[in-house]
Amino acid sequence: MSEFSLWDIVYNLLLAARWTVLLSLTAFVLGGIVGLLLLMVRTAGNPWAMRLVRGYVELFQGTPLLMQLFIVFFGLPLIGIDVSPWIAAMLGLTLFTSAFLTEIWRGCVESIGLGQWEASASLGMNFRQQMRYIILPQALRIAVPPTVGFSVQVVKGTAVASIIGFVELTKAGTMITNATYAPFTVYGCVAVMYFLICFPLSLYARHLEGKLRHVAR
Amino acid sequence: MAYEFDFGAIVPHWQLLLDGVVLTTELTVIGAVVGVSLGTLAAWARASRAPVISQIVGIYVELIRNTPFLVQLFFIFFGLPALGVKLSEFQAAVLAMIVNLGAYSTEIIRAGILAIPKGQIEAAQSLAMNRVQIFRYVIIRPALKKIWPALSSQIVIVMLGSSVCSQIAAEELTFAANYIQAVNFRAFEVYFVATALYLVMSVLLRWGLKIFGNFLFERRSHV
Repeated sequence: MSEFSLWDIVYNLLLAARWTVLLSLTAFVLGGIVGLLLLMVRTAGNPWAMRLVRGYVELFQGTPLLMQLFIVFFGLPLIGIDVSPWIAAMLGLTLFTSAFLTEIWRGCVESIGLGQWEASASLGMNFRQQMRYIILPQALRIAVPPTVGFSVQVVKGTAVASIIGFVELTKAGTMITNATYAPFTVYGCVAVMYFLICFPLSLYARHLEGKLRHVAR
Repeated sequence: MAYEFDFGAIVPHWQLLLDGVVLTTELTVIGAVVGVSLGTLAAWARASRAPVISQIVGIYVELIRNTPFLVQLFFIFFGLPALGVKLSEFQAAVLAMIVNLGAYSTEIIRAGILAIPKGQIEAAQSLAMNRVQIFRYVIIRPALKKIWPALSSQIVIVMLGSSVCSQIAAEELTFAANYIQAVNFRAFEVYFVATALYLVMSVLLRWGLKIFGNFLFERRSHV
């Protein structure tokens, strides 16, 4: 067994933390795009499409992220698509993120007064124009703080991807523990690194919330 | 390549799944009751004007809310024995859930406490109620009532999060699913069924909490 100094542990964890960051960013950006599309479908007014999106949100909010990853990981190969842990984690987290973001953003869009819709409709705007020029610019301002807040959940969610074998921070922690037999130190360091990623995001979200409340008054 | 789905392969193992559901429920109930109690006390400490305790609670809340549940679980199960604290799989899972929900519910309940109008508390003081009485009758009940929906959602999230407890071999629903797919190689079918069971459990839990909330707050508020 090779000797691991504390620095070796931290260095190797830092290398793995890059994957945590990359997976979080990918899932967040892709999830945001899918979430925005779902939001459009849901607000466009077709009752069947609305119900479908609501079911989608219910499904992802009512089941464990781990199960979602398992189903992607074990389900896709059945229809002939071989997925690596990276693809499965990215896909699973993207779907998970999109469901939550679409729900958060729906609340923001609904908080825009009905008068805005009516006024823009009376100006002869179609749905796309209403969204683009009237509703989204206003909803965006309210949407930023909870969206930043949710990004913390995405970063923490990536830890679950370790279970399907994707080597990120948590998985690296387990591997290093198996080599060093120092779980207290290693998992302590892992926790500190997650904290260093997540806490600034939490603080920023809180700061934005405070600012918004200030403006609202 | 056509895959033949065979959900029948799970039927012989239904007892395992049921045991898993029972254990997940146990974890959730204990975690929710103790976790929310812890959160209530911590929220009280945080709202009180004792600076040291308030700061300690603040650090606890931020530490837990900004690290993944899985890492907390590993730290408790694998890390604590180094300090001489040895826990069984079930104890570690319950402890992790309590600590986790405790932190989230602290923040949620604190928000409810802060929303109580100052005049209510002053009125109670003028009625010569002591601190415990004020907290019990004037602060915590209306505060809990106000934040009950948010708290319910958090309890559901913790229930769903308990699926990662399978990783320390706590024999809950996901563990049962892992075991079954290792025996019959029907991974997709097993996880599909387990997911459906989780969905049903989360719907039932949400519904149960709503009824419980009505029972707690609506009826007695007329007394």
